[in-house]
Amino acid sequence: MDVRSQISMVFHLDKCIGCHTCSIACKNIWTDRKGTEYMWWNNVETKPGTGYPTRWEDQEKYSGGWELKGGRLELRSTSKSKIVFNIFHNPHMPSMDDYYEPWTYDYGNLFNAPEGCDQPTAKPISLVNGKYLDIDAGPNWDDDLGGSRVYAANDPNLEGMNEEQRAQLAAVERLVMFYFPRICNHCLNPACVAACPSGAMYKRGEDGIVLVDQKRCRAWRACVAACPYKKVFYNWQTGKSEKCILCFPRLETGQAPACFHSCVGRIRYLGILLYDAERIEEIAKSSDENLIDAHRSIILDPYDPQVIEGARANGIHDSVIEAAQKSPVYLWVKLWKLALPPHIEFRTLPMLFYVPPMSPVMAQKDGDIISHTSDDLFHDIDQARLPMQYLARLFGAGHDGKVRYALRKQKAVRAYRRWLTVGDISEATVDRMLREADTTRDEVEAIYRLTSLCTFEDRFVIPPMYREEAIEMLQDPMEAKQSAGFGFMEGPSRGL
Amino acid sequence: MTTFANYLDTVLFAVFPYVAMVLFLVGTIHRYRSESFTYSSLSSQLLENKQHFWAVVPFHYGIITVLTGHIVAFLIPRQFLLFNSKPLRLYILEVSALIFGITTLVSLLAIIARRFTDPRVRVVTTKADWFLYGMLLLQVFCGVYVAIFYRWGSAWFAASASPYLWSLLKLRPEIAVIAAMPFAVKLHIVNAWLVIAFFPFTRLVHILVVPNQYLFRKRQVVRWYRRPQMARS
Ligand code: SF4
Ligand code: SF4
Repeated sequence: MDVRSQISMVFHLDKCIGCHTCSIACKNIWTDRKGTEYMWWNNVETKPGTGYPTRWEDQEKYSGGWELKGGRLELRSTSKSKIVFNIFHNPHMPSMDDYYEPWTYDYGNLFNAPEGCDQPTAKPISLVNGKYLDIDAGPNWDDDLGGSRVYAANDPNLEGMNEEQRAQLAAVERLVMFYFPRICNHCLNPACVAACPSGAMYKRGEDGIVLVDQKRCRAWRACVAACPYKKVFYNWQTGKSEKCILCFPRLETGQAPACFHSCVGRIRYLGILLYDAERIEEIAKSSDENLIDAHRSIILDPYDPQVIEGARANGIHDSVIEAAQKSPVYLWVKLWKLALPPHIEFRTLPMLFYVPPMSPVMAQKDGDIISHTSDDLFHDIDQARLPMQYLARLFGAGHDGKVRYALRKQKAVRAYRRWLTVGDISEATVDRMLREADTTRDEVEAIYRLTSLCTFEDRFVIPPMYREEAIEMLQDPMEAKQSAGFGFMEGPSRGL
Repeated sequence: MTTFANYLDTVLFAVFPYVAMVLFLVGTIHRYRSESFTYSSLSSQLLENKQHFWAVVPFHYGIITVLTGHIVAFLIPRQFLLFNSKPLRLYILEVSALIFGITTLVSLLAIIARRFTDPRVRVVTTKADWFLYGMLLLQVFCGVYVAIFYRWGSAWFAASASPYLWSLLKLRPEIAVIAAMPFAVKLHIVNAWLVIAFFPFTRLVHILVVPNQYLFRKRQVVRWYRRPQMARS
């Protein structure tokens, strides 16, 4: 057993309101520099939808992630032999048009336009070349367009769903969508790191944060293609790849990452998971059906004396072990089995987990009357507006068992709370639902508390951490805002 | 007049090469140590993804092959001459070298055209880049010209240029053979030293950091802050 600790995350999709505050918080701190305008280390997608970059989940197109080839785990996009040929031109690299060309507006024209018959306008200007630009796509162009034929209908997750199920998603009166905030998953088996020819990408041993060493990156772009979540971005100005750093300078000073901190829906949880690094490869090779169970099994019980001993032997500080014991992520993922990894079939073993969203309360349309009865209020999840299959594609590698389990338990929480507070559900029904959902009153109460009444301290359990580089002692890191950012003091000027 | 020409030859072929080599060494090392951030291939593939393939890939294959030819002939001239002693082999070598040379030339033109015409790529093309493209174009053009008009270069390079280069390395420059060369050849040589001299100040530095270690390393990279003895695992 090789016990390591990992900062892990849970996003509770049932709580996300799609406000994009998280994206803006991140952009203001990290990606407001030249060359990074098009990057959204944190972005929020409407699902069903095509996402950012367009159709990122379609690995036929982007060749991201790992695949099992005759029992061996191989990157889809690159290998030791392929890189020799692909280093000049990476055939799987998205172009800026797959994201969008960033722009601002010619605001000056609003003030300086000569007098005329028309209102002056602020025309969009490209942030790449400063020329006027006709915008035909942007990040979140499909925001809230759950029923769109252009966007929602092209969601890669719809493949394998039948006509009826698709119709169920898009029927106007019952149109359904949910929000899917995404950051780097800080994977256990990161495809980006394994693909980097320079060895510039690395996982921090102490907390598992995945970073790009800016001084060693040489712009070979293999990481951009290899990450199946498309969460490494190429800075076209500096000629370096960049990605979500999980706000390590904030974590190192005990603060939650900016997107977590600012989250309006309070959907985000962060904490330590202890895991057994020896088993990473074995787990990543599991069959599709077993991937989720296998992934859960690599997470170790922080109360198990053997685990604690192994952690200490590996130099994990007691304060970190204690944080692991208090970790909300451990509850969601391991104990309650409510949170699931996104697209685990990419086999990078993501360490960001999602509580799958409940569909909107089911309404029965009877002629013109929309009605719901108390029993139907917590409808059978198989008749939810969001077809189970769709969620299974996203969170279950195509298998719906784990998703159904998570939804059923969430439903039991709601029924239980309703029985307590409103009282229009019988105790017998609630007890039956709890039984069916494989849960207990105590557990459901705890889930309810962590979902609805959680404080900052409940959501973010951050252990004391060691610093990447103690630069702030010598220099004010804010000096480098909009140029280098934190932690890196050589001016990020482009090479000749 | 002749004395001036002699003088010029000495400066260009016996002095300038040393200046270029010193600039190269001091420049690249200093840049690596003080500004390692700027060592990058500065790819523009993100900004334009289609022409990129047709321009960049043949260029690299072309230039790598041609350069390898030069280096091999420089390192092992004797074997090279021996190989060429059979006419058929000489023809094959010459023809393929020419094909790669022309590939390099055409794709270099494509690279320059792409830099000119794509508005996004133009933004990331610096003055140093234009200067470099000028030097490279001259160099490749001269090379192809020499290959066509002064036939059997693969033979006489080994017999004349290679000894010249060795004499430079031995610090006893012998430039008599070079001085007698046609203008195009001389231009090719001087420009080569120019490229080497400017190497540290251009994007060419990416050649020095080709990631050969990837072929040997473990797949995953973990860096430890607290236990540097386990720097990688
Ligand atoms: S999501 Fe995983 S593979 Fe992608 S950048 Fe993050 S760590 Fe790397
Ligand atoms: S800030 Fe929170 S609630 Fe708002 S979009 Fe982001 S994740 Fe969702």
